[in-house]
Amino acid sequence: MKVEINRHPVEVDATCANLAQLLEKEGFTGVGQAVAVDNVVVPRDRWCDTPVVDGMKIIVIRAVCGG
Amino acid sequence: MQRYSRQTMLAEIGEEGQQLICQSSVLIVGLGGLGAPVATYLTGAGVGRLGLADSDVVSLSNLQRQTLYTESQIGMPKTDAAGHRLQAMSSDVQFELYPEGLIPENAEDIVARYDLVVDCCDNFATRFLIDDVCLRLGKPWVHGSIGEFHGQVAVFNHTAGRRYAELYPDREALCNLPRKTAGVLGAVPGVVGALEASEAIKILAHFGTPTEGTLFTIDLLTLQTSLLTF
Repeated sequence: MKVEINRHPVEVDATCANLAQLLEKEGFTGVGQAVAVDNVVVPRDRWCDTPVVDGMKIIVIRAVCGG
Repeated sequence: MQRYSRQTMLAEIGEEGQQLICQSSVLIVGLGGLGAPVATYLTGAGVGRLGLADSDVVSLSNLQRQTLYTESQIGMPKTDAAGHRLQAMSSDVQFELYPEGLIPENAEDIVARYDLVVDCCDNFATRFLIDDVCLRLGKPWVHGSIGEFHGQVAVFNHTAGRRYAELYPDREALCNLPRKTAGVLGAVPGVVGALEASEAIKILAHFGTPTEGTLFTIDLLTLQTSLLTF
């Protein structure tokens, strides 16, 4: 199965059934990060029950504080 | 109203929208890279009363991107330097200066005096403070923040009560991150600040598509943008 994370293709194996597992495997801690699937932000408490689906486009946004 | 003719000739604004802008008041929190374009465009647009909050002084390294200031103003409080420059741009606008910046002790009193807050600050603690106080007082706010080559813009607490803390729930972790001086391309706050000013004017004059509940991001290295619904 293939998905995109921040516009880069990522091959996903069976160990990543949900979004939380996938993000952890790809090294995203989640802290200070917002995650969108197909341009809709998925709240943190829904990452575990969001299944990873072939072709999913995931964007991870990091909070920044500069002004 | 010749001063505003180029915007009153827009059907979306007109004389009616200009009246709304002239009668409005906006608090700008932070007078750095983002605050410079935001204050400039809101002054130019004729916002009736502008609050300028920042506790910093002008320094030489600011001049690369903080377009309100000059070399002769180095060492001067940013509120004074910005107020001087902006007042020269428009005698129509009334400026109120808060050289102590927006802090928990004064935030509620200051925010209560304005219709809208524009976040141009440079730290997470002040952003969460704006989020809290605007929710308590029922004030909309426009968020902008920048990294080295990228930035984000969103509107919070306008009509749907959306919060920054919903988007980024890790308040404690973010507020406790060590503060460090980071590099930034000078044009980045120019781009992001101009977008914040545009969102502010849309809210004040009631035109355009409401953007609360969406996060806009831009990466100037690639010119890639995203508009994420939350």
